[in-house]
Formats: sequence, structure tokens, C-alpha cells
Amino acid sequence: MKRKIYMTAGYNTISMGTGRKEFNPRKERPGLEHYISEAGKGVLNQIGGADNVDESFIGNFMAARFNKQGHIGGFIGMIDPGLEFKPAMRVEGACGSGGLALVSGIRSVLSETADVVLAMGVEVQNTVKAIYGADILAGAGWYQKRKNSHAYFFPGQNSDRAGAYYEKYGYDYTRKGMGKWFCNDMENARLDGTAQEFHNSTPDLEGMYHGMKPNGKTFVDHLNILDCSKVSDGASGIAIASEEGLKRIGVDKKDAVEVIGWAQLTRNITNDPPNMLELTTVKKAAAKALENAGISIDQVGTIEIHDCFSIVGVLGVEALGLAAPGKGAEFITEGNTSRTGKIPMNTTGGLIGWGHPTGATGVHQAVTIWQQLTGKAGNAQIDITPEKPYGMTINMGGDDVTIAAIVYKRGI
Amino acid sequence: MNYDERLKHVSVLGAAGKMGSGILLLTAVEMADISLKPENKGKTFVLNAIDLSDDGLAGLMDYLRVQVQKIAEKKAVMLRQLYADRNDLIENFDIIEQYVIDVLRIVRPTTAIETSYRSNLIFEAVSENKDLKVKILKQIDTNNPNQAWFFTNTSSVPIHIIEDEAGLKGRVLGFHFYNPPAIQKLVELIVTANTLPEATQFANSYAKALRKVVVPSNDFAGFIGNGHFMRDALHGINQALELANTIPLTEAIYKVNKVSQDFLVRPMGIFQLIDYVGVDVVQFIMKVMNPFLATEDLHSDLLDKMMELGVKGGQLSSGAQKDGFLKYEKGSPVAVFDSKAGDYVAFDSFSAKSDEQLGALPNSFKPWKTAVKIAGNETHFGPYFEEMKTMKTEGAILAIRYGKRSDAIGRQLVADKVAHNDQDVNTVMLTGFFHAYGPINSFFE
Repeated sequence: MKRKIYMTAGYNTISMGTGRKEFNPRKERPGLEHYISEAGKGVLNQIGGADNVDESFIGNFMAARFNKQGHIGGFIGMIDPGLEFKPAMRVEGACGSGGLALVSGIRSVLSETADVVLAMGVEVQNTVKAIYGADILAGAGWYQKRKNSHAYFFPGQNSDRAGAYYEKYGYDYTRKGMGKWFCNDMENARLDGTAQEFHNSTPDLEGMYHGMKPNGKTFVDHLNILDCSKVSDGASGIAIASEEGLKRIGVDKKDAVEVIGWAQLTRNITNDPPNMLELTTVKKAAAKALENAGISIDQVGTIEIHDCFSIVGVLGVEALGLAAPGKGAEFITEGNTSRTGKIPMNTTGGLIGWGHPTGATGVHQAVTIWQQLTGKAGNAQIDITPEKPYGMTINMGGDDVTIAAIVYKRGI
Repeated sequence: MNYDERLKHVSVLGAAGKMGSGILLLTAVEMADISLKPENKGKTFVLNAIDLSDDGLAGLMDYLRVQVQKIAEKKAVMLRQLYADRNDLIENFDIIEQYVIDVLRIVRPTTAIETSYRSNLIFEAVSENKDLKVKILKQIDTNNPNQAWFFTNTSSVPIHIIEDEAGLKGRVLGFHFYNPPAIQKLVELIVTANTLPEATQFANSYAKALRKVVVPSNDFAGFIGNGHFMRDALHGINQALELANTIPLTEAIYKVNKVSQDFLVRPMGIFQLIDYVGVDVVQFIMKVMNPFLATEDLHSDLLDKMMELGVKGGQLSSGAQKDGFLKYEKGSPVAVFDSKAGDYVAFDSFSAKSDEQLGALPNSFKPWKTAVKIAGNETHFGPYFEEMKTMKTEGAILAIRYGKRSDAIGRQLVADKVAHNDQDVNTVMLTGFFHAYGPINSFFE
């Protein structure tokens, strides 16, 4: 890359929804404005204010339907008057929108139109019941195929992937890995005060998971609700800066992460996934990001992967090359992805534990990696060793359609 | 006439009432599901929602729309398949909306009883008044050429009396839903000596389609549910009156309510349950049942007195609890009625003293909410009541006495052949009254 790119000053709102003690679906709750404002100010407070920001990007998937609100870029100026009359736009790539906001920010800094970019993501989804939310989220697939799809669209898609995996590698074997993934997420979420499952105190997570068999009559054939990410309201923000930008905002490089490689790839949405047992686009994007970074997966110390479903965790470790095809479930069951394992993943709970405010998720992932690599993860902090100093995020929109993969290391 | 044909033209009498509206909702959904079957395409299904009150019918339609939507949301997975051939219905939203329309288009709200003259099946859920029931059913039957079947929701009037007096030989049965019908799983099914076997068979199929638990009861006033509840309530009232020889009645009512709820681990205390059902309804059902009971007097002066003072309990149309023996704030009792002063006395002013007199709960106590979820919970309640039996506190003594009485009432219902067996009594109390354990047990021996 022709310029060094850094990220710093991350901020997450609480991921609000079922699981949080203060969540009451019957009471009126804060809307988009609240979350955008809180996350935006949370970043600005760490970078010397809005005057230091040159441009802003905000990822959002479906506010036009969840909140009857389009034109989300217009809310940037609401965060602080210092952001008004500056470039600001919303970017969209379904659940990968946050990742696109990051990539857009990186591109702006690279193109030298900006030295400091405010990158954000937001989604407020608890405005509708899950059955209607499923309609809205189905917009991440091809609408022409909606008629013959499942009522719970995305759980249906991933249920099919899980079913294919069960068939090829065995039901019990796979469920064991998926269950372990769920437990890891819950245990990690309990360590982060902003996580949706922060208050989770279930004594026997594994027992609960395996006691809940998938039921196609009420949900989908091959997943239970514990296999699924949360329905969440929340926003995240992070600053993307050049070296000059970091100086301007007065942040030391060691308090920032450097982006050393990235890739953004998109698959043709009108085609079915080429292989139900593989996240093909994730595989390609991750390989390209690592290649651009000039490192191998074995040098990565922690990864935030887009585990919208536990089966995506299993397929994800395979797509990243951490496990051979069919060995992903075993890799997880053995504890390799837990917070003390070989390669800790989703250390603040991932989409299943921390939450999944769809348009914000990609940015939340970057905030977690920034926290972990700079020692700011609080109770959720893991050990980052000199042998494996890198972090990585994989943000996914749709069923392996829009992928943003980014590789980071702590600034020096 | 097969099952589907029987349900092609149906009427619900008293459709805007608390029970009628639930029966109407469940029947409308069942009829809609049948009408959507491929073999019934093009056939018109009619469900008359008959009530005296125009306002009530307007409210009923609002209630139906909201409830049908909720039902549709829950079965959206199935509805997507049901509407698979409708290319215009793509999203869950479209499908759910269409289903609500398809259910509501079956329902005809009306104040005209004449609409029932064309029905094949008539659900009766009017006031618990034998003469009124007989008069209406007779009128319909006289004018209805279909040899219609009549399902009455009476909770206390013997079915054979309705059968005789309305001249409905073999075509009437008791189909007793519990309140609220849309939620409560229990249905008591009561047939007479003449009831047509095919009517009973249909009733069972219909109950199954509604996912109800059917308990057959013999045709004695009050059947199993009220047969137990009324006597159980009378025991509670009499216990309070006995305690009132030495303490104020208000405190006595508080104590018995607490014993029947906490010590006996029931969802609510007996006085709260009387309020929930309605002081007026309890008094009325006792009045209906009493003439049929040769060896006991099912009657309470205290209930009469409460009625004279206009303290009736029951629920507001919003579902909120009205004040009765107890006063409620956000659904929880906070004070007790002093019939002498004509006003409520706050629990706070005496409860600490009363609680101390009752004594502590056994160490193995688990609240109803927790205990009811323990599978095979006799392993919990056995030791729990054993522990209670070793305690000599007032609360433990009253609770054991109450449990014994409740057990005896249950056994008597079987001995009197109201219930076929112990299990049926227990099923009614577990399912219809949400008890955590059946009244017939060995805990109190």
C-alpha cells in the first residue's frame, strides 16, 4: 500500500436486544439517532473532536425497512456540527455493510482525499417481530428466490448448509463442534459489558445447547435458535487514519492498529453458492488479504469471523485454512478457537454472543481487534504473543456474497 | 356429514363474552384451516358470531384481528407451505396478512340469532343461567332444519337437564373450555346417556385439532373442575372463618390465602383465585350446583355478604384484576377487604405479624414457578411435604389440613362417579388450574 493505514479510537454501544436485562420489547426504545450519536461521539472524544475528521462512512443494511428511514449518511452531521458540510455517505452490503464502511475509509485515506475518516455502522432491528425481521433480512439474498425460501430466510439458508455438513461428516460430530462454538461465544460475551449476552449466567451452556434439538416444524430443520446470531440494536465506530492523521488526532501508534492487508470480494448474488460445504468467497478474500499482508494464517493471533450461525464458524475455520474440509468441527471441539486456544476467535462473543446489529457488525469486529492488539479489551483481553502478533476480521454480507477481510497488527 | 361439512356452517352464541370470544377465535382458525385445504377450494365456510351487544361484537372483531395475527405469526413456517401456490404472496408479511383476511372473512358478527338457524353446529357460551340456555337452544332447534348439534360451555348445569328441557335428545354435549379458551389447554367433555356417538367422536376430533387436552367428566353439576374448585374454595373460606374466632377476619383471609399459595405451592392463593374467577361467579356456580347435592351444603354466607356489598372481583375487559376479597396493584394483592368497615386493609399493616405466626416455609421450598417445571416433580413435593409434616407451625398445620381436604375432595369426585378415575381429577387441576401437583396424591397421608 502506498500509505500506512491505521485504525484507532474504537467505540461500541451496547448491543441491545434479548439477553440484556434492560431490554423490554414492550417499551419504547432508542432509535437510530441514539446509537449513531453515541458511537460517533464515542470516537470523536478519543480523537480530539469532529474538526479532525475529513470524511465519514456509515454502514447500514436495512434502516429503510426496519426504521422506515433511508439516507443514513445525513445523520453524520447530527453527531457533531463539526461533521456537517463534509463528505459523508452510507454504504450497504447487507450484513457486510460495516466492513464496506471500513474498506471505504481505507480507500479514502489511500487515495489521499482524507487523513482521518470516521467509519461507522448501525442497525436498529428490534422494531419488528422476528418473523417480519426475517423478511427484511431476506433482502440480503436474491428477491427472485424469496417465494420458495424458508419463512426464516437466513436460518433456512444456513440450515441447508448445516444439513449438508451433517450428511457428509455426521450429525453428532458436527453438532459437537457447533455447540462448542456457541459455548465459546457465550463465555466470551460474559466478559464484555457491551455484549448482548453479557448478563448470561446459564450454568450448563453445553447441556442447554444439546438439549435443544432442531425442530423444522417451528423453526428450521438443522439449527436451533442457539445456533443463530442475535437480533440487535447497536452501533460501532472507529477512526481510520494515515500517519499524518494519527499525528493530527494526537494518538500514539501503539494505541492504534495498522492495516497491513485487506481484500474485498463479491460473489454473484443470483447464483446459488457453488459449494454448500465451503464459504468460497470467504476463502478467496481471506487468502487474498493474507497474501496482501505478506503473512500466513499461522501468524494470526486472533480472528473475528462473521459467525451469523454456528455452522458458519465451522465452515469459517475451514475457509481460513485452519482446518481441512470436514475437520472444522473437530478443530473447534478441541478448543482451538476458544479464548485460551491456538487461535482465539470472536473474543467478545461474536455475532451469537456479542450481538449482530447487522450494518454495524463489520465495524464492531475491527473495534474488538483494535482492543485486543492494543491491550484495551478489559476483562475480555487475551494474550497476544510476539510469534502471532496479527489480528484479522472477516465480515460477510448475505450467504457468502460480499466479503471484507482485513489483517491488522499493533502500530509501532 | 363428515368433520369438514359439520364445520361448514357454525354459530357461537355469546360470542363477545369472555369465553365466547375465545371459542370463536379457535373455531374461526380451525374453520379457516379446513377451508384452505385443496379439496375445500371454492366452498364457503360461515361462522356466525352472535351476541346481544353491538359494542361487544365491535370489540370482538378487534380482538380477533390481533389474535389471529399472533397465531399466524407463530405458524408462518406452515403457512408458507399452505400458500405455496399463491405467487402473489412472497414475504411472511404478505402471507400472514392473507391468512388474517382468510380467517376474518369466515366470521359474521351479528346480533340476529336467526343466523344460527342454518348452522350444523352451535356453540353456546351465554350466561350461566339454565333457563336462558334452554330457551335459546330450544328456539334455535325449533327453527333449524339441520338437526344441528349443540355444544354448551356450561361449567355447572347438568347437560341432561338442558337436553330434556330443550328437547335436544342426543344432540347436545358439554364442551367446557377453561378461561381463557385460547390459552388454557383443558376441555371437559360431558355427554349424556343419549348423546350420539358421532357427536362425541366429532367433539374429540375438534378438541384434538385445537390441541386441547380432553378430560371426560360424568354429567354431575359442576363436573370435575368446579366440583373440586368450589369445595376447595369453601374449605378456604371456612378455614378463614374458623381462624377469625381469635384474629380479625382480614388477617385470617390473608393467612389462608398465603397458606394455599406459598405453603401448598399453587399459582395463586384461594382468595385470589376466587377473585380471579369472580366472587359473583363462584357464588352463582355454588347456587347452580347446590340443589343437585344431597349430602352437602355448597354455600357460603361470606360470599353472599360480599355480593351484598358489591365486592365482586372478576376482570376488567383489559384483563386487569378487579378488587374482590383482595385489592390488587399491578396484578398483585396488596390489601384485604374488611367487610365490617367496608374498606381494604393494607397487608403492610399486619403481614409481618401474620407471617411470623404462620412460621417459615420448609427449607426445601421452591416457588410454584420453579416447582411446576420440575419433570416428575413428586421427587420434590414428597420430601417437601414430609418436611412440612415435621413442622409444628400454624402455617404447616393449616397447609397439611388443606392438602388433606383437597385430596379428599378429589377422591370423593371419583367415588361419586363424577370423574372416571384419580388421573382425570389430577389432569383437570394440573391443566385447568395450573396446579404443580395433582390434588389426589400421597403427600398428606
